Amino acid sequence: MADLPCRQVVEVITSYLEGSLGWRERRRFEKHLRGCDACSRYLEQMRATLDVLGTVPVDTLSPEAQSTLLEAFRDLRH
Amino acid sequence: MAGDAGELVAALRAGDEAAFARIVQDWSRPMLTLARGFVSTQASAEEVVQETWLAVLKGIDRFEGRSSLRTWVFRILVNTAKSRGVKEHRTLPWSSIAGDEAGPGLDPALFQSAGEPYPGHWRAAPSAWPEEVAVEGSVLAGEVRRELASVLETLPDRQRIVLTLRDVLGHSSEEVCELLGISQANQRVLLHRARTAARAGIAAYVEGS
Ligand SMILES: [Zn+2]
Repeated sequence: MADLPCRQVVEVITSYLEGSLGWRERRRFEKHLRGCDACSRYLEQMRATLDVLGTVPVDTLSPEAQSTLLEAFRDLRH
Repeated sequence: MAGDAGELVAALRAGDEAAFARIVQDWSRPMLTLARGFVSTQASAEEVVQETWLAVLKGIDRFEGRSSLRTWVFRILVNTAKSRGVKEHRTLPWSSIAGDEAGPGLDPALFQSAGEPYPGHWRAAPSAWPEEVAVEGSVLAGEVRRELASVLETLPDRQRIVLTLRDVLGHSSEEVCELLGISQANQRVLLHRARTAARAGIAAYVEGS
């Protein structure tokens, strides 16, 4: 089986991280990483990216909207 | 109804305001992100979330517990958002992948082409990042987090929504597929695109600074 070129490795990285590669493809992917510092670094950077993504703040309802809802809760449930 | 879910439903029915405040606090973020996928403005998405909570309050006595409370709430949200999206003539093609999303996610120019010594291999390895990028609380991590927040803004809607639900808010791929009504394969394409762009955003920032 042909070696996986770096260009393809970076395109299956999400499938690899999602655990959706077949065992054969997974073995090829891991074999490539063992011999390729550049792709290993890329994978490491992708993992670091996911770590930072987990800390990005996301919008929620405004405090005004939240207190309107709490008022509605009081009116309806009491 | 199993364990916690049953207790939560009982608390809501009994008028426990703190319990309601807590789920509004915890669930409104993913709800807002999700709603934005079906309507045309952030303000409209906020109204959808509020409308959903009101429907939950009115309907909680009828909730039968065949699904988890959260699944039930999110289903009401998606239905509310979809019907509003129809009124707004907003159509995000969730079920198909656009042509521009089918090709490679990373710039092909980063790799050697057919006439070069190692076709398909990196022209130059990606430059190393300072360790602080992933050290929570470091100055650089803070800057990178802000940078990522602005990269998120520039992503196409579907990619941003999938990435936010998966990697920022931590929902499982099964949940995201069910909520958005997309296949695992489509979800993976959108997620891959978005993650590739996010990593490239950090790389550009780190190399530029
Ligand atoms: Zn490689």
